[in-house]
Amino acid sequence: MNHTSPEVTWNITDNFGLTFNLSTVMMLIISATVVFLIAVIATRKLALKPTGMQNFMEWIMDFVKGIIKSNMDWKTGGQFHILGITLIMFIAVSNLLGLPFAIAIDGDLWWKSPTADPTVTMSLAVMILVLSTYFGIKMRGMKHYTGTFFSPMSFMFPLKVIEEFANTLTLGLRLYGNIYAGEILLGLIAGLGASGVLGFLGAIVPGMAWQGFSIFIGFIQAFIFTMLTMVYLSHKVSEDH
Amino acid sequence: MFLDNLVLGAGATGMNLGDALVTLVTFLILMALLKKFAWGPLMGIMQQREELVASEIEEAEKNRKESATLLAQNEKLVKETQANMAEILESAKKQANAQREEILAAANAEAARLKDSAQRDIAAEREKAIEAIRGEVVSLSVLAASKVLGKEISEADNSALIKETIAKAGEVK
Repeated sequence: MNHTSPEVTWNITDNFGLTFNLSTVMMLIISATVVFLIAVIATRKLALKPTGMQNFMEWIMDFVKGIIKSNMDWKTGGQFHILGITLIMFIAVSNLLGLPFAIAIDGDLWWKSPTADPTVTMSLAVMILVLSTYFGIKMRGMKHYTGTFFSPMSFMFPLKVIEEFANTLTLGLRLYGNIYAGEILLGLIAGLGASGVLGFLGAIVPGMAWQGFSIFIGFIQAFIFTMLTMVYLSHKVSEDH
Repeated sequence: MFLDNLVLGAGATGMNLGDALVTLVTFLILMALLKKFAWGPLMGIMQQREELVASEIEEAEKNRKESATLLAQNEKLVKETQANMAEILESAKKQANAQREEILAAANAEAARLKDSAQRDIAAEREKAIEAIRGEVVSLSVLAASKVLGKEISEADNSALIKETIAKAGEVK
């Protein structure tokens, strides 16, 4: 269980370097490739009368559309549709990747969910913060954006500033915590199963249960992340707040 | 012991700026690629379908209205035709009646004329016959007289003669 990460550091200057966790990089690229393949294969044969995978993709699009519509006007929210679909699919696939197995080579953990890494989830969360701020200023103006920090009362300002950071922090860490905890427990159950015949018999039922639950959590967390993204975006860009 | 391991081995050792960059770049590239190769075409086809459905509904509405107008037109036409038919029937009846009267009158007139002419013919024939008889009587009288004058006749002869004459006259009659 005591895995280390295969990290390399790319020193740009003497006292500044970028550190890469190679397993995270690899898993991110695998996730992106899987999502891309699913989406592209599903949309190869497009027809006005949809069949098979096209139905599935259209269901996802309508699902995300529903999330956006429950938060804001479709006229404002339509431009976030692609962001929403990509987010939900990327996070769902990332969450599920770590479920079937974990691969560790020489104590370095290589195969895992990319979302079981706080850096990844926090990067996504910060991206959402930046996007919501950008679109808030672009669509409603700097004055309105600053005004949101003082509404409904100006003494709320410190709370509003804290809210910005708290939102971002919880958005990223919620996803990370759920997925990482799921993988830890899966690892423990797998360890129990590997300990002997009795251990295997004891581990098989909770193993299956936890795998199923993890799949459920993987989808739910992807949905929550997308939902909250739209909520935070709508706080910044909607007229009625 | 177990928990110590878990906490120590928890994920990455810190915030790796490189990982963050890779995450963002991967996500943005994925989003751009999907927009170009998957979501774009899919949204296009969904948009197309929406337009198709809207246009079909419009078309159906238009057709419905059109058929309603056509139906009203047809009904009007049928009514008109029925009215025309009644009119034509009525006029035909009138004409037939008039013709019947005419033919009947003509036939009556013809019959009367034929009767008249027949009556006239009969009268003329009768006149002619009476005239002929008159002539015959005269000539017989003359013959009888000449015979009387021509010879002495006996009582018997006389009587026979008279009888003969009368018989002749009867024959003539």
